[in-house]
Amino acid sequence: MPGAAPAVVVRDLDKSFTMPHEQVHTLKERALHPLRRIGADLFTALQDVSFEVERGEFFGIVGRNGSGKSTLLKCMAGIYSVDRGRVLVDGRLSTFIELGVGFNPDLAARDNAILNAIMLGLSKKAAEARYQRIIEFAELEDFQDLKIKNYSSGMLVRLAFSVLIQVDADVLLIDEVLAVGDASFQQKCYDQFNRLRDEGRTILFVTHDMGAVARFCDRALLLEHGRVKMIDAPERVGAEYFEVNFGRSGAVQEEGDEVVHRGDGSVEIADAWFEDGNGIRVDSLAHGEPCAFLAAIRCVEAVEDPSFSVLFETAEHQPVFGTSTTRDVERTGRFAAGEIVGFRVAFDNILSPGRYYASPFVSRRGGGDDVHVRVDRMTSVVVTGAATGGGLIDLPHDVRVERQPSAVPS
Amino acid sequence: MSAAPAKPPPSTLRPIRGPSALGGDASRFWTLAWTLAILEFRLKFFGSVLGYLWQLMRPLMLFGVLYVVFTEFVRIGGGVRFYPAVLLLGIVLYTFFSEVTGSAVTSVVNRENLVRKIHFPRLVIPLSVVLTSYLNLLLNLFAVAVFFVIAGVPVRLSWLEIVPLIIVLGLFCTGIAMGLSALFVRYRDVQPIWDVVLPVAFYGSPILYPIEALSNQAQWVQTLVMCNPLAVIVQQARHALIDPTAPTAAGAIGGATYLLIPLAVLVGVCALGFWIFNRSAPRIAEEI
Repeated sequence: MPGAAPAVVVRDLDKSFTMPHEQVHTLKERALHPLRRIGADLFTALQDVSFEVERGEFFGIVGRNGSGKSTLLKCMAGIYSVDRGRVLVDGRLSTFIELGVGFNPDLAARDNAILNAIMLGLSKKAAEARYQRIIEFAELEDFQDLKIKNYSSGMLVRLAFSVLIQVDADVLLIDEVLAVGDASFQQKCYDQFNRLRDEGRTILFVTHDMGAVARFCDRALLLEHGRVKMIDAPERVGAEYFEVNFGRSGAVQEEGDEVVHRGDGSVEIADAWFEDGNGIRVDSLAHGEPCAFLAAIRCVEAVEDPSFSVLFETAEHQPVFGTSTTRDVERTGRFAAGEIVGFRVAFDNILSPGRYYASPFVSRRGGGDDVHVRVDRMTSVVVTGAATGGGLIDLPHDVRVERQPSAVPS
Repeated sequence: MSAAPAKPPPSTLRPIRGPSALGGDASRFWTLAWTLAILEFRLKFFGSVLGYLWQLMRPLMLFGVLYVVFTEFVRIGGGVRFYPAVLLLGIVLYTFFSEVTGSAVTSVVNRENLVRKIHFPRLVIPLSVVLTSYLNLLLNLFAVAVFFVIAGVPVRLSWLEIVPLIIVLGLFCTGIAMGLSALFVRYRDVQPIWDVVLPVAFYGSPILYPIEALSNQAQWVQTLVMCNPLAVIVQQARHALIDPTAPTAAGAIGGATYLLIPLAVLVGVCALGFWIFNRSAPRIAEEI
């Protein structure tokens, strides 16, 4: 909705927490050491956060753990007081940091639903008037007099979500509530959110799930260390998110991963890395771009007709792709001692987003187990990109729906 | 062509305020406090098969034990008119006091999941504790009235004086509840400390013994005892409901002007309690 009035305005928000070095938990401790100053660290959770969300927008807030997403949401909801800055909202705002807040196990569904609705901002009268719709949407008419403690977790989630849907807020702040429930329930949730959005309501949504952000959000905000890193289309934010998470640091090898060289020692692999389409060594690769895997191999002794291979695996040790010089040439030639050989595998990157490991190895002619050298997981690369269909690879493809008029009975 | 629902024109932005003790509109405040209070009361009431009976049992058991001890063994109550009625009334009022303040201590921390996840005026929590106990007190007072009639206490118009008395008692309790519930968030030994204070309040008020029992002491002892607003209320209730010949609160403290002391205590406790609560309200969600 371009040009519409903003529904939410956040300006220059700062928030920090004091974390005392020593917790004073009792009055006794306080009384015993009345003069001792307790040192405290100031932890800055949010700094200079400003953004606007337009009415009818589905706005994602993403970031790593500890980047300040939830703190931002709580500041916007008025649960935390802010140190500086303002939050302005057009219309009624409801926060769903957890589904079914305040549910009491010893009360029946009816009382819980009404209490929850009142807590979320409805008047008592409105809550009672809407109760019928809540219980119908949750499909729990037969269980409304049952105490909540006897509910299954699925029933509980359905009830809580129905309340959320009926609360009728103009602006909804939602924190990962959709992490609960099965896939079909999540789909139902998103369908409802889309309906709410179509009605002109604004939804702000905190999550780690970049897939959900890409599918549902109009725009997204990326937080890093409490600062706004970028606000953009979800695909771009998703790509940047993977950068932030996996790229840049250069620390490709995770701690504890010891690189093990195996083989007869006649050949060494000096280095292995990935390059992007421009031939620049990188730690992350954009999905869909041309790229290459390279290894620098040094011959300690003279070797004849070795075959050079590489195997790509996922973090879960699932082989994704393997290739070798034996595919094209069996006899690679004779290499003298001390000679350095480059091995290069160029490909179009159709891997799904995620981290991939490369294990290069050099074996005697004919391959097999007779290995000159093999280095498992010598290097790795992160493939970035928001779109993921769930498989290991994303093939270049085309999706189409075709109607066949003749097949429709007239 | 779905008709877009009519939306208010733009520039209706309003600021979101941080958490506070009061805040928001008054009707939402009371709706919340009342809803929480009713649900809590119903949980106690319907929570067990005997429900309300158990609620009534506590003061009644205490009454039974004290009555036997202090009429049969120690004979403090021997000379007091309608001693059982005096004892029961005192116990019921004290039960209200101890119930409100005792359960208020942990109330905010117990409602942690609300405090950390929903924006609402924080004062609702201790207030709902007071309201729940009021409902209980009303039922207990009804039982007390039945007991009075059986015990032969004459029904008088001055019984109505109980209304302002329990309102003042409620104010006193609210003040303490606000202070304790906010302090407990930071200092967890508030609870054991308060558990020690409660019996002091019981024995420091003329519940077991009539205030006249102190007449052989110096006047200042009586005055000191009557500085406690709880003692003032218990004494005045005895005078108004049971025995017009018993000293009034003003009489017991040594003159109406001296009543300004417990009044000052009452106002001071309420102001201090509110100040503590109001000051910590914005950060309760972070510190819990």
